[in-house]
Amino acid sequence: MNDNGSTPVLSLKGVSKSFGPVKALSDVDFEVKPGEVVALVGDNGAGKSTLVKTIAGIHPADSGTISFEGQEVTIHGPTDAVKLGIATVYQDLALCDNLDVVENLFLGREETGDGPAAVVRQLDEVSMEKQTGELLENLAVTITSVRAEVGTMSGGQRQQVAIARSLLGEPKLVMLDEPTAALGVRQTAQVLELIKRLRERGYGVVVISHNLADVFEVADRIFVLRLGQKAGEFGRDASQDQVVAAITGASGNGAKQ
Amino acid sequence: MSTADATVDEDVEGGSPQLDLLRRFVAGDLAELRVVLALAVIWLVFYVQEPRFMSSVNLSNLVLQMTAVGLVSIGIVLVLLLGEIDLSVGAVSGLAAAIMAVLNVQHGWSPYLAIAAAVAAGTAIGLFQGSVFTRFAVPSFVVTLSGLLAWPGAQLKVLGETGTVNLNDPKILGLTSTFYSDTVGWIFAFVAIGAYAALALRARQSRVSQGLAAPQLGLVVLRIGLVSIATLVAVWVLNDDRGVPLAALILVGFCLGFFYLTTRTTFGRHIFAVGGNAEAARRAGIHVNRVRVIVFMIASSMAAIGGIMAASRLLAVNQSSGSGDFLLLAIAGPVIAGTSLFGGRGSVWHALLGALVITSISNGMDLLGLESSVKFMVTGAVLLAAVVIDAIARRQRQAAGRV
Repeated sequence: MNDNGSTPVLSLKGVSKSFGPVKALSDVDFEVKPGEVVALVGDNGAGKSTLVKTIAGIHPADSGTISFEGQEVTIHGPTDAVKLGIATVYQDLALCDNLDVVENLFLGREETGDGPAAVVRQLDEVSMEKQTGELLENLAVTITSVRAEVGTMSGGQRQQVAIARSLLGEPKLVMLDEPTAALGVRQTAQVLELIKRLRERGYGVVVISHNLADVFEVADRIFVLRLGQKAGEFGRDASQDQVVAAITGASGNGAKQ
Repeated sequence: MSTADATVDEDVEGGSPQLDLLRRFVAGDLAELRVVLALAVIWLVFYVQEPRFMSSVNLSNLVLQMTAVGLVSIGIVLVLLLGEIDLSVGAVSGLAAAIMAVLNVQHGWSPYLAIAAAVAAGTAIGLFQGSVFTRFAVPSFVVTLSGLLAWPGAQLKVLGETGTVNLNDPKILGLTSTFYSDTVGWIFAFVAIGAYAALALRARQSRVSQGLAAPQLGLVVLRIGLVSIATLVAVWVLNDDRGVPLAALILVGFCLGFFYLTTRTTFGRHIFAVGGNAEAARRAGIHVNRVRVIVFMIASSMAAIGGIMAASRLLAVNQSSGSGDFLLLAIAGPVIAGTSLFGGRGSVWHALLGALVITSISNGMDLLGLESSVKFMVTGAVLLAAVVIDAIARRQRQAAGRV
């Protein structure tokens, strides 16, 4: 665990969220420090995605407090989260397959030259392509060409493009929903390497994953959710059995009742 | 990393350049080349059957015949890029032409005002249809199908009892009967070539100066050469007859304008994004429905402009203006030229290229004196072939791991 003394980039206290009668999250405390990779694990329906979506502003919390860089904040919608510096990469990636890497990275925040009206302002392809090249180089992402259509790329490359895209807004916290699901061994390794580089560059990183091997490879801390509640929190030194036990509820270890 | 020295990932398709070129040709990345070859075959066949087909008089007529459908096709390309369809463009073109004719001839409006009113009516129809489509999430197919049924009714109403309005305003008729002198034609050609060459070389230069991967200079020069030859030959043929027609300049001008809009502006980028993955576009903060409504407004406006050109050429507007196969030809053209029906892939130039193919077929068959029955079946077969090729290309892209 790096930067043990620093202020958490994100800190949740007593956060609850219900969908009608279903309590998806109850009284969850959760924090992420800069330069720390926190894995969020749990069975299906344990509340992992709900927690991420609460932080991302898609399902605002019913109660509890959220602090960002030490300051209490309210997140009512996705734009609030983005403005704070929270980037989320969802499982379905949300890339346009018919557009190339540059076009996808800058989608919705295109750079243009000067002009009297938006319809005549010319896209500054040179500037966008240059920044894309620099960003990908900085992250050591390998693709054949930044002008290749995203649809022609492998799953691992697409995942890396999606993660790179989330970094363009200069976030402080990056949340990845199942980044290695459906990837092959080599491609999973590429994505995990990228996550490690995010840590080196000081981002707070939250990773949802079902794959405990991946989790143990990249995570500094493992946060287990079970039935919407915290069921345990482990460091790198924990054993896989301990984590599995917490996920399945076979042990009361660390659970808040 | 600049793109030039990017590491090649091992799971990217390999193969020799020649094989790659062949694969791209089959997979539809080089659809334009395929269409140009098909066009050459079509012209050759008609030329062998009837040498008059390649006369400058007939080729000039061909250009005049294709303008109306080509203009409507430009709007269709934009709608197809969204992955939608607009079946009302034929009906809208007829209604707009009727509005222009009645205002100009019966109410004495100036030709400019009458044309402006007709185009505005088209824009309003697009706003209406686009709003219904986005607000109520009704498929665009059904919304515009309703338009296809309803607007001809409005056209009958506008035309009134006589049913036919003959046009006599020189300005309106001049849209399709103005020809420029040889000198002016050559000036157009050289200005166009000079501008194209300057832009292409400057674009390459700015990439080189920033250290980005740029196409080889030889390739750029080759492209400039091909564009120059095509332009010069076209002007030479047109000059051999009556000169460069205003109608052709209008068509090319709209193509250029919409080419710029679709490929060089943020709005154009968003059209492709919505057509490629509407959900991704929405999450990127794009106002998806606004893009859709504006595109439908453009499509209906272009339909109105096409209808005005068709009326100018026919010298009249009647109850059947905009009906018949006009709509289907306007949609078939871009599809034949390679714009995908599935959205996200296509070019405004496909409107021009497609109109050229479609019009060549119908013009050639007219020259050969074939019956309408044969003409319809041949046109239908060409469209079917084009759609099948589009579907095959799409499947191959998916097989290659690209959706």
